[in-house]
Amino acid sequence: MLEIKGLGKTYGEGAKATHAIGDVSLTVEAGEFACVVGPSGCGKTTLLKCVAGLMKPSRGEVLLRGKRVTGPPDELALVFQEYSRSLLPWASVRNNVLLPLRHKSVPGGDKKRLVEESLDAVGLTRFIDHYPWQLSGGMQQRVAIARALAYQPSMLLMDEPFASVDAQTRGDLEDLILRVRDEYGITILFVTHDIDESVYLGDRVIVLTHAPTHVKEIVGVPLPRQRDQLATKELPEFAHLRAHVYRLIKREQEATPEPDPAGLVSV
Amino acid sequence: MTTVASEAPTRERVRLGGLAQFAAFTISIAVALLIWQLVVRTGLISEQDLPAMTTTVKKLWSLMHTSDFWIAFLQTVRGWALGLLLATALAVPIGIFLGSNEFAGRAFRVPIEFLRPIPSAALIPVLFLTLGTTLKSEVFLATFGAFWPLLIQTIYGVRDVDPLAVDTGRSFGLGRFERLYRITLPSAVPYIMTGLRISSQVSLILAFTAELFMGVPGLGQEVNYASSFGLTVDLYAYALATGILGVAIHLFMSALERRVLRWHPSQRAGTT
Amino acid sequence: MSRRTYSTLAVAAEIAVPVAILLLWQAWTVHADSQYFPRLSTILVEFKDMWLFSQFHEHVVPSLVRILLGFGIAAVLGIALGIPLGLSRWGRLLAMPHIEFWRNMPPPALLPISVLLLHSIGDVQKVAFIAFFCLFPVLLNTIDGVRGIDPTLVDTARSYGLGRLARIRRIVLPGAAPQISAGMRTSLSLAVIIMVVAEYFSSTNGVGYVLLISKNTFEFAPMWAAIVLIGLLGYLLNLLFILAEKRFLAWHRGWRAATGS
Repeated sequence: MLEIKGLGKTYGEGAKATHAIGDVSLTVEAGEFACVVGPSGCGKTTLLKCVAGLMKPSRGEVLLRGKRVTGPPDELALVFQEYSRSLLPWASVRNNVLLPLRHKSVPGGDKKRLVEESLDAVGLTRFIDHYPWQLSGGMQQRVAIARALAYQPSMLLMDEPFASVDAQTRGDLEDLILRVRDEYGITILFVTHDIDESVYLGDRVIVLTHAPTHVKEIVGVPLPRQRDQLATKELPEFAHLRAHVYRLIKREQEATPEPDPAGLVSV
Repeated sequence: MTTVASEAPTRERVRLGGLAQFAAFTISIAVALLIWQLVVRTGLISEQDLPAMTTTVKKLWSLMHTSDFWIAFLQTVRGWALGLLLATALAVPIGIFLGSNEFAGRAFRVPIEFLRPIPSAALIPVLFLTLGTTLKSEVFLATFGAFWPLLIQTIYGVRDVDPLAVDTGRSFGLGRFERLYRITLPSAVPYIMTGLRISSQVSLILAFTAELFMGVPGLGQEVNYASSFGLTVDLYAYALATGILGVAIHLFMSALERRVLRWHPSQRAGTT
Repeated sequence: MSRRTYSTLAVAAEIAVPVAILLLWQAWTVHADSQYFPRLSTILVEFKDMWLFSQFHEHVVPSLVRILLGFGIAAVLGIALGIPLGLSRWGRLLAMPHIEFWRNMPPPALLPISVLLLHSIGDVQKVAFIAFFCLFPVLLNTIDGVRGIDPTLVDTARSYGLGRLARIRRIVLPGAAPQISAGMRTSLSLAVIIMVVAEYFSSTNGVGYVLLISKNTFEFAPMWAAIVLIGLLGYLLNLLFILAEKRFLAWHRGWRAATGS
């Protein structure tokens, strides 16, 4: 489904050049749930933006279903972390979910149906005519997910989507996204800084190094397909995987030459 | 919610050097002047209606060698300055009072809402007949006009102070006036500076208007003369001079605003 | 004192203060007995006689038409120019010197020139004059509004394949609307002032003309009645605009309240 070959991104030139991404190569199979984790400031968002076609890489290429990504592809939908800033405040939930469909050649009647179905899939049918700012954070993120689903992508890119949501809602959203994957059969590339989340959700966990970023290790997650917030997290296998990923990241953070390039922490 | 600073913007910006900006600035003005010249020289607009750019500039240059020009110029500056100073002296204290005292603010809200929209220009005939063609008329007009925007901005600024900051002051035992002086005022300064900038513009317009319509000495009066006596080139030269004065005052007030705001870190929302 | 007592007193003051001011005005003008400052009661009678409705059609309508036309043209042009300028850094760099110059030019300085260039003192000259100067608040606010749009919104639209035009229509315009509206409100108030000045300078009808004529004929009651009318016009137009704004930008109030921005 997705192939990233030798992706690199450098800002600036000469001595002041910042190498955000060094060399990232990986593949994601169709129907897979791949999680990406890494130390703070390792360019995860930059990576996603390059994959999504919003940014041009300095080196390497991204292939989606064999075709080179040069701009935002039709088959890809992106869900941002800052949901409140990605939803249009002047439009109702219905019209927000409708936005991506306005420019896709989908017949009118179908558009309405798609919107209603996606909102149903995330459980927000009751709020279809509300405004985003009338909803809680978790609900807003669900609207963003519904919007991505209405777009009927074959692949979903998610950039720390549940980071700005409280812990309990996060659990609900995690289960929601797993359900969505099962129902719609889409491929998901999920960036997170939450290690537990990455192991809970993923079929594989891709661990990145600090800048200049490359793939440190790809950890397979042989946990049963059906995940459960309580049962799965009680499995010894879960604890091992989690610890393993944690150690990898810890080592990366300790190995970082400067503590954090700009001295800021990513939330 | 903070994001990583090294997070790249989606569209990368090419940093534009000061040289490029200066070049754009000069080219832009040069092209406009050239178009002016061409429009007249090719007869698109008759020279009777629009003197050539070179003619106008030469006229302005020669005017600038006369004392009459500078007297008129400074008279307008004087009218502007007095209008603005008086407006500030009145609007800021009253604004602070109305902004900090909720009761007074509410009591006077309606009169202010009604008096605000009265265009000061409408008072020209009254002033002309009562105060005559004196500096007093000009300053009264300019002050009246400049008063309202500054008053409103001051009230907003005082009201917009973070209640948390005020409470903190109270808990440290700061008295009413100290809280006003140390917490409320500094937080209101950006608004007051904005109000000053608006008021400055209004004061200039009204000072000039008084000169144009009432014959108070100044650039406005010169424009009026030139227009009445059909001295087209003078008319354009004085208009150009007025425009330049307008820009100069704007630059001055902007620089003032920047200096003042450098000492008072802006506490405006938007950068939490 | 209790909350309720305070509220009642405040409301009482809100009514009493304006009334007191009016009474004081009346008392002072009666006492002063000056021809320049006729009694408030006289002004009000004159107001009724003049504007309701004998001279309404002859003067108020032309003035209103000029204001609305001038404002309308300024608004449309301001938005149409402001959007591309807001989106283009080079555009802004090249346009800014001109915008700054004309924005800071006192409008009355160009009054004689406008009459000269347009060869007329009729409606076209008035409307053009009003439109020219009312352009700038809308233009500048549109530019600011466009530049202030959250890049996340733009990224979202891009990621869903919305082209440039679609993004302008669906993201830029609605997103900049609150700021544009603020600029339009300023422009509308400005239009009233400029209309008065333009008519006072040279016109054959209109409220500003009435102002001039009553000065020349030393008729003070009509003069003050005209002043009151002008103030009222400005107030009412502003009020109408705010009501319209409340309806079209209802989402903005809700959003700001929810996000505390």
